[in-house]
Amino acid sequence: MNQTQKSSQKAWLILFLAWIVTMISTLGSLFFSEIMLFPPCVLCWYQRICMYPLTLIFIVGIFSNDRTVFRYSLPLVAVGLFFALYHNLLYYGIVPERLAPCTQGVSCTSDYIHWFGFITIQGLSLFAFSLLAALLYFFQKVSR
Amino acid sequence: MNKQLLIASSLLLFAALYFGGSYLYQKSNASVSSDKQSALVRSNAFVLGNPDAKTTIVEFFDPACETCKSFYPFVKNILKQHPDKLKLVLRYAPFHTDSYYVVAMIEAARLQNKYLEALEVIYKYQDTWASHTGTPNIGLIWSFLPEAGIDVEQLKNDMKKPEIDAIIKQDIADTKTLGVRATPEFFVNAKPLVKFGKIELQALIDSEL
Repeated sequence: MNQTQKSSQKAWLILFLAWIVTMISTLGSLFFSEIMLFPPCVLCWYQRICMYPLTLIFIVGIFSNDRTVFRYSLPLVAVGLFFALYHNLLYYGIVPERLAPCTQGVSCTSDYIHWFGFITIQGLSLFAFSLLAALLYFFQKVSR
Repeated sequence: MNKQLLIASSLLLFAALYFGGSYLYQKSNASVSSDKQSALVRSNAFVLGNPDAKTTIVEFFDPACETCKSFYPFVKNILKQHPDKLKLVLRYAPFHTDSYYVVAMIEAARLQNKYLEALEVIYKYQDTWASHTGTPNIGLIWSFLPEAGIDVEQLKNDMKKPEIDAIIKQDIADTKTLGVRATPEFFVNAKPLVKFGKIELQALIDSEL
């Protein structure tokens, strides 16, 4: 196996892992809202908008062996990461929440899950987007 | 292993996990677990209908909630159709701003035997006092209560009673135990209404009759 083949295989594996991360995030968030019936807040929606299309973009990238998938997926990962970061800052009170009247919406600081005392949905989202950013970084590094 | 096979088998695995997980989740939540059932009905909660009925509907409501208002005549009508077999236990979920005080008014009206009268008049004028664009103006309710034959001065005194506070605090604690997040929330013989809607509620009640 020559060097190019090796790096191509590495790139493929990284993309596959990234796809697995997006699938778990997508199905996990759908499970929270559709099965456990937790209403998603606005910031969750913005993060979903960035996460859901990645499941398809990565699949296309995997099958077409397209190295430029980095360019298409990075903006979504970056925007998702930004909202996830902001959401967590809001949740931990580092950024103050704007006072809002009682509407039918859901507060972005409400707590649906609190596993082991520190795992929250927005925490999982931040973890997933960070992981994707790291995987994309390595992908770009090996495909160059 | 080739790519196609790996992706296809992962997709199958994901689908199996998702649907298997939802099946298991719904199965385990089809009924309130026995250790939490004491939170459904408290002896001091208001009961409408036959107290010895074998089918119990528990409703958690908020007097400022529009959907609760629209469900009230619907549920009352179902009770009317099965006067012997059904009872409705009304519990408070005062999630809106100031709903706590409105609930205290209803509970204090109960001491004058005017529970339903108070609830109905509060629902009747909900559009007026419970504005959903700003804070509710619960002060307006005082002027509506005499319409239900309620002695407002007496009510104001009764509202200060610690028993009333205790009942509301218990109800709020029970909403947390039972995971009530939105109003109205219905439980029929400890089975929660999974998919929300009037048709779904009717079906759930019918299946328990």
